[in-house]
This record gives sequence, structure tokens and C-alpha cells, in this order.
Amino acid sequence: MNTTNAVTCRKVDKIFEQGELAVHALSDVDLEVKSGGFVCLSGPSGSGKTTLLNMIGGLDRPSDGEITVAGQRIDQMRMSDLAELRLQHIGFVFQAYNLIPVLSARENVEFVMQLQGLPAHERSQRALAILDQVGLNGMEDRRPGELSGGQQQRVAVARAIVSNPALILADEPTANLDSATAEKLMELMRELNAQIGTTFIISTHDKLVMSYARRLIKMHDGEIIDDIQQDGRDA
Amino acid sequence: MLITIAWRNLWRNHRRSLIMLTAIAIGLWGMIWMTALMRGMVDQMIDDAINTLSGHVQVHAPGYLDDPSIEHSIPAVEDNPQLQQLLDSSQVTAWSQRVRVPAVIRSERDVYGVTLIGIDPEREVGLSFIADSVNEGRYLETAADKQVLVGRKLLEQLETKPGRRIVLMSQDPDNNIAERGFRIAGVFDADLQATETGYVFAGIDTVRKMLRMGDVVSEISLLGTDYRDVDGLAQEVQTVSDYGETKTWLQLDPYMASMLNVMDGFIFIWFGVIFLALSFGLVNTLLMAVFERTREIGLIQALGMQPGSILFMVLVESLIMLLIGLFAGNLLSWLTILPIRDGIDISGVSEGLEWAGMSSTLSPSVLASDVLLANSIVLVLGVAASLLPAWRASRKVPVEAITRVWQ
Repeated sequence: MNTTNAVTCRKVDKIFEQGELAVHALSDVDLEVKSGGFVCLSGPSGSGKTTLLNMIGGLDRPSDGEITVAGQRIDQMRMSDLAELRLQHIGFVFQAYNLIPVLSARENVEFVMQLQGLPAHERSQRALAILDQVGLNGMEDRRPGELSGGQQQRVAVARAIVSNPALILADEPTANLDSATAEKLMELMRELNAQIGTTFIISTHDKLVMSYARRLIKMHDGEIIDDIQQDGRDA
Repeated sequence: MLITIAWRNLWRNHRRSLIMLTAIAIGLWGMIWMTALMRGMVDQMIDDAINTLSGHVQVHAPGYLDDPSIEHSIPAVEDNPQLQQLLDSSQVTAWSQRVRVPAVIRSERDVYGVTLIGIDPEREVGLSFIADSVNEGRYLETAADKQVLVGRKLLEQLETKPGRRIVLMSQDPDNNIAERGFRIAGVFDADLQATETGYVFAGIDTVRKMLRMGDVVSEISLLGTDYRDVDGLAQEVQTVSDYGETKTWLQLDPYMASMLNVMDGFIFIWFGVIFLALSFGLVNTLLMAVFERTREIGLIQALGMQPGSILFMVLVESLIMLLIGLFAGNLLSWLTILPIRDGIDISGVSEGLEWAGMSSTLSPSVLASDVLLANSIVLVLGVAASLLPAWRASRKVPVEAITRVWQ
């Protein structure tokens, strides 16, 4: 397994200005995640785990500190360069509203590949294969409104993994799922992690998700308060 | 895929999109339909002015227009072979020469001042209104016809009728009174009452004899192929008849010339007003669509779509809406203009507008350039108006756009 860092955060601060009040969402966060890691960020609401995911995904900029993803400093990157980095290296799974509602399941999965410039027949083949892999065979032409919450989340996972990104960031991916579906989803993620070596960073409250993590990082008030290796492997 | 998303997004809110499409279609229809009617009205006025004896180009003796007397005459066309050759060329669709002098007409009952016009009846066919306007009695048969044509209104004023005699009186070249009795051959009708009361037509040879003026004429009138393009023809005529003054209809009728310019300016203002109203709806619709899709835009940004592509996607959505609206607007224009292409009766209001040269029938006139201009304005300015919502969509910070999703 590759042991270089997929993500490195150094002294990352994030301050939100709310009127005259400055809220420290992240304070001096130092974090290294090796390539192929399977990491969970846990903590109560407002602990900063989503903010940290936003920073790592280049969706927001830190107030201070350095963030390196896939070997590139992203904290000062231009918007267009960040978009390119996300397109080529990062897959996202959000808690809800994951899919583009006017596109079918297959088209949603093809979307990222199309942005990457893959030819139509290859896109279609890979999308159908991955939808089959996540158990959505026969539902590829349904639009999000015609799928259940769990099915939508599996489409989102399919979209996140179909182009084999080095890093997948997932924010509360099981929040809207029943326990059986959540377990299947986590099995799928673990399988990808094991087979392809995709790095996963997952923010969650869910103990089930935490139980799958090889490394559990606990956050509180914008700080990392605990960092636990759960299976003895380097994550 | 961008076009697919844009197309499907357009129909997510059917009602709003249909309202906007209807607004675009009606806006374009308003531009084209109104312009067609206005153009038709001006064309009709210009046609009437040209048909009422002016032609596209006229040649007179210098000073004739200020003093239209027999003293200001020019040689007949037959005496100028170069001019004859030009008038018989394909550049000229019709021409005639006339004697045109102020005169007095007298019946048993009344006396009126008129303009006596000596014409070659055959040459006036296709050149002026008179050949097609005799609705009672007969048209003049030859240039030597010894009878006259009078307008219906003048006939009423003189309290006479076809077949009866009237006397016409004018001045000969020696400033002596020249008069002659004529029998009324026919009565003509004209769009303008002033034409019916102002002109009396007789054979040119008969008028020449009456006025003892020899073979000279007062004016030569000709029609080119397009009333908007007469300067070149006028220049050629002037070159071969340098003894006279050649003028285009625009110079002979400055009121009509200014009407033409005013019309062009009015069309621009009219298009601008309609588009302004339209643009508010368009910008509002797109801003609402962008606002509603803030989270989606954040999502596709998170997935790696470039800001420029998001701008392009919103513009494509606007472009699709504009193109459908323009298609519907053009179709609507065609469907509403087609049934009235032969004209609509506006006799109820035309009498009051006769001073402006309006006739009782209004036929729409659709110029390809007007249709193209209306479509271009809506399309180009519509896309320009869409830039604001598109730009706002493309500048969203992903985390702000999807905040409601993540937290």
C-alpha cells in the first residue's frame, strides 16, 4: 500500500465572522491521512468535522494554515484550479441532495466522467457496471425523485467512485438510511478501500460507520481531541 | 450534457417557463406586427404620393417648382435621343411627359382653380393613378383626345356630370388668356380628396394647342425599380438632360422623406421599449431559476464543474428559451399578418388622417430586415441580460451554495 499522505493539514484555522462575533470553527488543526486510509471524523454538531471536510475538499478556504491534497497546496488555489482538483482527485458523498434532479441515475453517474472528457460509450459502460455493483441494476433510467433515499445515496456513492478518485470525502453518508442499507453502503466503501486503495474520510455521528473505520478522529469545538487507530493498521 | 441539463431545467417549472416563452413570443410578435403595419402605412402613403403624378424622378425646367407656369418648359423627350434611350432602358419601368399648368375650370354653376395636366394616356398606365381611377365615363383615348377627366369631388362642386361641357382657362406663353371648352369624358376617384378637387386631365396635344406652346413639356416623370434607391437613376437622368432640374420623389416631397426617416427611428424606439419590458421578465425568471438551484449549482461545482461551464449552462438555458420564444413569435406574426396581407379597412379613421396622405386601406408591409432586426435584438440583448444571473451562478462559492446540504 502507498504510504504517502493523501491529505496534510498544518495549523489550519477557520474563523466565521457573524456580525461582530468571530466563531472559531477550526483551531490549529494538524492532520495527516495516508493514501489508502479509512478515516472517520466524529464529534457533536458544531465540532468542526464538516468544516474540516469542506477545507480538505477545496469547497472553502481556511483562514490560516496549509492544506495539501494529492501533493498540491490548495489553501491559496484559484477557484478554477480547485474545481479541476476536485474533478480529477476527489469524490464527494453528501448527506442529502446528492444528485442532479433532472438527470437519471446513469446520467448522474456519468456526469463526472463527462466533465473529465471520457468518450460516451466508455462512460455508459462504466456507469452501468458501477450501478450494478451498488445494487441498482435496472434502475439506471430512473430520476432521483423515483428512487428511495437509500437508492439515491448508492447512486451518489457510485458517482463518487466511478472515476476512481484518490480521495473520497463523505459527510454523514448514512444519515438518511436505515441500518441495513447503511451497513451495505459501508461494506461497499470498505471493499473499495481494500481493493482499489481509495482513501476515505467520513464525517459521522453513526456508531456503525465508526465501527468500520480503521482510524477514528474525535473533534470538539474545532479541535482534534483524540486520534485512535482501531485495527492496528496505519490509516 | 450541459445542454441536456439546461433543457430539462427549463421544464422543471413549466408554468414559469411557459409564461416567459409567451412573453417573448408576444413581445416579438408586437415588434413585427406593429412594424409591419407602420411600414405598410408609410409605404401606402409613399406609393400614393408617387402614384399621384410624382413618380420616382422628375425633370422640370429650372424655376418650375417655384413658378409652375408655361414659361418654365423643357424640350420633349423626342428631342433628346440620349434621354429617350435611358427612359427606354430596363432601369426605367414607366415614364411619361406632361404639360402641367395652373388653370381655372368653370361650369354653368361654379368656378374653381385647378391644375390642368396634359397627358399621353397610354404612357400614364403603370406610372400614375389616373389610368386605373376612372370609374364613371371613359378614360382618355389618345394624346389628342379633346375631352377631359375630372375628379368626383370637383364634379360635385361644379354641379355638373359626364358628357356636359366645362371651360378651362389658363395663360399662353405670351401671357394672354387661353381658354377652351371641353366635354367631360370621365370621372376619376382618388384616395385623397385634394387630388379629386385639384387636378383636371386632358390629352397633351390638345392642351399644347390650347396653350399655343409648341412641342415643349412641363415635366418628365419616370419610375425606377425601387423607390428607396433612386439617386443613381436621378443622376443619370440629370446627366443627359442638363437643361432641366432633376429631382427625386424624396426631394419633391420632403414630408414623405422625413416620414421615412421618422419611421426608421420609431422602429428602433419601439423595439427598445418592448425589449426593455421583456428583459425584466427574462432576468427575473433566470435569477429565480438560479436562486432555486443554488444547492444544485453548489453540488456541480463540488463535483468539479468549472465556473465558466456553469455560466455557459445558464446561458444555454436562456438561449433555448429565447429560441423557442422567437420561433413562436415569428409563427404568431406570420399567422396574424397572413390573413390581412391584402389590407384592412380603416376608412372609419382615414378621413381624419387624409392630411397625412393616409388611404382607406392599410396593408402590412413585412421587411426581412425588420424581422431580422427584431429577432436579433431579442436574441442578442436577451443573452446579454442573462449574463447577470449566469455570472452570479458561476461565482457562487461551493460551500456557501451547499451550506444547507452540509449543515
